Amino acid sequence: MIGDMFHYEFLRNAFFAGMLIGFIAPLLGVFIVVRRLSLIADALSHVTLAGIAAGLLLEKKMGTSIGWNPLYMGMGFSVAGSLLIEKLRSVYKHYQELAIPIILSGGIGLSVIFISLADGFNTDLFTYLFGSVSAVSRQDVWIILGIAFVVIAVIFLLYKELFLLSFDEEYAVASGIRAKTIHFIFIVLVALVIAASMRIVGILLVSSLMTLPVAASIRIAKGFKQTLFFSVLFGELAVIVGLVVSYEIDLAPGGTIVMLAIVILLISVFWKKWRRR
Amino acid sequence: MAVKTVLRVENVSFRYEKENVLEDVTFAVPRGAFLGLVGPNGSGKSTLLKCILGLLKPQKGNIFLFDTPITSFKEWHRVGFVSQKANSFNTGFPATVYEVVASGLTAKLGLFRFLSPKDKQAVFDAIDAVGMSEFSRKNIGELSGGQQQRVFIARAIASRPELLILDEPTVGVDVHHVQNFYNMLEELNKGLGITFILVTHDVGTITEKVTHVACLNKHLYFHGGAGEFAQLQKSDLSHFYGHHLHVLSHQH
Repeated sequence: MIGDMFHYEFLRNAFFAGMLIGFIAPLLGVFIVVRRLSLIADALSHVTLAGIAAGLLLEKKMGTSIGWNPLYMGMGFSVAGSLLIEKLRSVYKHYQELAIPIILSGGIGLSVIFISLADGFNTDLFTYLFGSVSAVSRQDVWIILGIAFVVIAVIFLLYKELFLLSFDEEYAVASGIRAKTIHFIFIVLVALVIAASMRIVGILLVSSLMTLPVAASIRIAKGFKQTLFFSVLFGELAVIVGLVVSYEIDLAPGGTIVMLAIVILLISVFWKKWRRR
Repeated sequence: MAVKTVLRVENVSFRYEKENVLEDVTFAVPRGAFLGLVGPNGSGKSTLLKCILGLLKPQKGNIFLFDTPITSFKEWHRVGFVSQKANSFNTGFPATVYEVVASGLTAKLGLFRFLSPKDKQAVFDAIDAVGMSEFSRKNIGELSGGQQQRVFIARAIASRPELLILDEPTVGVDVHHVQNFYNMLEELNKGLGITFILVTHDVGTITEKVTHVACLNKHLYFHGGAGEFAQLQKSDLSHFYGHHLHVLSHQH
C-alpha cells in the first residue's frame, strides 16, 4: 500500500483522513466515556445518517449540479441532533439517558423515510454506512483537517475546564465554571467529529472509534493525561494498520479498523490480568 | 480597615414552598475561627450552606462574605468547599491525585490559562498539607475513603482559600481514622490560618477541636465559643435535638 500511495491520490486522501480521525475521535472519546455518555456517539451517528440520506436525496432529485457534499448535510443534522440531546437531557432530568434512544430512533426513522423517498440509493450510501477507502475526496480531507484543527485547539484551551466538568460537575458549577456553555461547545465538537469520521469507518461504526481505544486505555493508564495518550495511540494504531490490511486483502476498512480496535482492547484486558499475577 | 469577619449571616430565613427551613438565623464567623455547625438531620444545615455558597437565595435576610453582600460577591476562589458527596464520585475515573488536586485551581486561573511552576508548587504543597505526598501519582480510585476525602480537601485548599466549608467530611472515613482526620483539619486551621466551617452531627468530637459552635435546628439555638458550648447542660442539648441525647466525648 505504501508504494501505491505515491501513485494514487485516493489512497493518500484515505490515509491522511484516517490519521486525523484516529487522533481526534479517541481524544474526544475519553471525555465521553468518563462521563458515561458512550452511547451519545451512536445516537448522533444515526442522525448523521439521516442528514447524509437527505443530502443524497436532494442530489438525486435536483441532479449533481448543486455540487453539495452530502457531508455538510450530515454535519448539520448531527449538530442539530446534539443540541436536541442536550435539550432532552434537561427536560428529563431524572432519566437523562432517555435522550439517547429518542434521538437514535428519530435518526433511523428519518433515514429510512429519505431512503424510501429516493427509491433506494446506489452504492454511495453503502460507502457511508460501512466506510470506504476509495470514496475519500480531496475536499473531504480538507473538511476533516479543518474539524481536526478546531477539535485539538478547543481541547487544548479548555482542557482544565473539561477535566473538572467530567470529574465533578457539581464542584465545577459551585466554583463558578460555566458548565452549560462548555458542555454545549463539547457536544457540537462530538457531532462534527462523528460527521468527519464516517467517510472512513462508516456511520454504523463511528462510535466504536470513540469508545474502543478509550476502553483499552482506561485499563492500563495512570492518570488522565496518560489515558488521553494511550487512547490516541491505540486509535491511530487501529486506523493505520486497519487501512493497510483492508487495502491489501480487500476488506471493508470500517470493519477491519473496528476489529483491530477490539483486538487491542482484548490485549489490554489480558495484559492487565497477566501483570497482576 | 482589615476585614474582621469572614462570614456574616443576618436574619436569614428560607423556605421551600410552604415549609420553613431556616428562621431568622444570625451569626458571624471571625477570621481564623474553626466553627462547628451542628444540628440533627433535616435541621437546615445543608440549606444554610447552599445559601452561603450562593447556590440558593434566602427569602429574607442578608449574607456577607468578607464584608461583601453575597449578591455582589465575585471572588469565589477565596471560598473553598468540600461536599458531602465528594466520596460518591466515579471511582473508576482515570485521574491521579495530582490531577484531581490541580483541578482545584481551575476557577482561580480562569479560561485559557495554564498552570505556572508556582501553581504546580501550590498543588504539591496542598497534597503535602493533607499528608498524601507519597500517593500523588496514584489513581484516585485506588485510595481508601479517608484518603480520598483528604485529596478533596487538598483540592479545596490548593487555591489558598481564606474560608473552607466542609459538609460532613467524615462520611465514608474509616472510624479509626476519624480522629486523625480532625487532627489534620486542626493543623490546617492553625498552620495555614484558614477559617473553617465544619458541618457535622458528630457533637462529641467537634467540641474538642473547634473554637466556635453553632447549633442549628431551623432556629439558631446556640452560637458561641467551644468552651461555653461544653458548659451547656445535656438537657439543653436534648431540647435542641428534640430527643434524649448522649454526648460521647472521645478519650485519647
